[in-house]
Amino acid sequence: MDEDILSVSNLTVIFNKHKVLKDISFKVKRDSMLAIIGPNGAGKSVLFRSILNLVPYSGEVTWAKDVKIGYVPQKLAVDKDLPLTVNEFFKFKEGSKEKIKEVMSSVGFLSESKHMHNDTRVLNTRLGDLSGGELQRVLIAYALLDNPNVLLFDEPTAGVDIAGEETVYGLMNKLKKDDDLTIIFISHELEVVNKYADSVLCLNREKICFGPPDKTINKEILNEMYGDDVQIYHHHEH
Amino acid sequence: MSKFITTMNTDLTIVLIVGALTGAVSGYLGSFMVLKRMSLVGDALSHVALPGIAVALMIGVNPIVGALVALLAAAIGIWYMEGHSEIYPDALVGIFFTASLSLGLLLTPELELLEALFGDISKIGVNDGILTIIGTALILVVTLIISKKLLLMVVSKDLAKSQKINTSLIDLIYLLLVSGVVALGVKFLGTLLTGAMVIIPAVTAKNLARDIKSYQILSIITGVIATITGIFVADRFSFPSGPAIVLTAIVFFVVSFIFRRKK
Repeated sequence: MDEDILSVSNLTVIFNKHKVLKDISFKVKRDSMLAIIGPNGAGKSVLFRSILNLVPYSGEVTWAKDVKIGYVPQKLAVDKDLPLTVNEFFKFKEGSKEKIKEVMSSVGFLSESKHMHNDTRVLNTRLGDLSGGELQRVLIAYALLDNPNVLLFDEPTAGVDIAGEETVYGLMNKLKKDDDLTIIFISHELEVVNKYADSVLCLNREKICFGPPDKTINKEILNEMYGDDVQIYHHHEH
Repeated sequence: MSKFITTMNTDLTIVLIVGALTGAVSGYLGSFMVLKRMSLVGDALSHVALPGIAVALMIGVNPIVGALVALLAAAIGIWYMEGHSEIYPDALVGIFFTASLSLGLLLTPELELLEALFGDISKIGVNDGILTIIGTALILVVTLIISKKLLLMVVSKDLAKSQKINTSLIDLIYLLLVSGVVALGVKFLGTLLTGAMVIIPAVTAKNLARDIKSYQILSIITGVIATITGIFVADRFSFPSGPAIVLTAIVFFVVSFIFRRKK
């Protein structure tokens, strides 16, 4: 088995003659957690889309042979009145009730639960009627349906309230511990990156830094990415 | 079409079969079109049938075949330009449709123009029946095969692509299927109104349905009932069939709007 599940070298993406990403290289170790950070417009989502082969790029993106990717897109723009229930959505990928129950429970929707996190209620709800946090968890469950060994999260907490935000990251952490699973996620929150990620890739159209968060992120790097007005975050030793 | 077939009664059965099948498939395909927010594409596409019909009349082949050829060409054109042009697709469709409507109006013999535009059930014969049965069966099977992929693409194209679905190919197949349905409907609905039967049943169903399954079933049922009722009305009062069917469908829509699913 390859030690690196993903290796990217000299990745360049050009949109309308503008270099959106320039010469990006990094590697992701199997069973690790990589965070991608950077300001708005830094090309984080484009980086995701290119390693997923959704946009044309130059350079090389090499996944390990046994890779199975689950993609959790940034908040879907689902029409409020789209007549599609969560259960029907899952069936685009997987028909078995048992598997659907299993992924529902791994994202925290339980069958015994009497209160709002009841899986039957959620399964029969339309995508457009879910709350931000619920939709996010449903998308994670969808990604888990075909047993991926890599999960890609594009800003897992965009549009999710604080309580939901905590559950999403807690969930990510739990998934990471439970399985042989590599997680790559985009985030704005440095605190989260520091708490969960094994390594971090700082991006502002080009690679600004790459390495373990506690050794990599410092004031100079942050200034380079976000400008001078960003305060250094406090790092708690474990 | 030979003259003896066009006498009433035997014909009405054929017309009803053709109508029901086309109504069903229009409703089914339309259910995706409304979700894809492509309703106007379906409408505009139907206008492209006119020059095809005109040429078919000139060279003496079944107008459905002429319409189908023109529609398939237009579908491929729309698909190609969507992927390769910077112009907005809706503007493109608008150009496409006015150009072909103008061309069709010039080419169609004056005697046949009215029925080509608004439909005429007295011109539907056995050949059309056979063509419709084969056509609708084919369209139904292919649509069922790509149904999940199409719906996933409605939810998120990126998600579909990340699952290695060739979204561009699915889009093309879908447009070709719509062309097929429009061609089948063109004789009794007319080129100006065929598009309506792709849209109205689906929108009606959307008002009432709670999930995809009921949405699609309702859309199919509405398509069938509206078409059959419309044909009876057209037959009874000697109306052109196209407007009769479309107005019947609109009555269904209004009712569904009054009783629409509230949150």
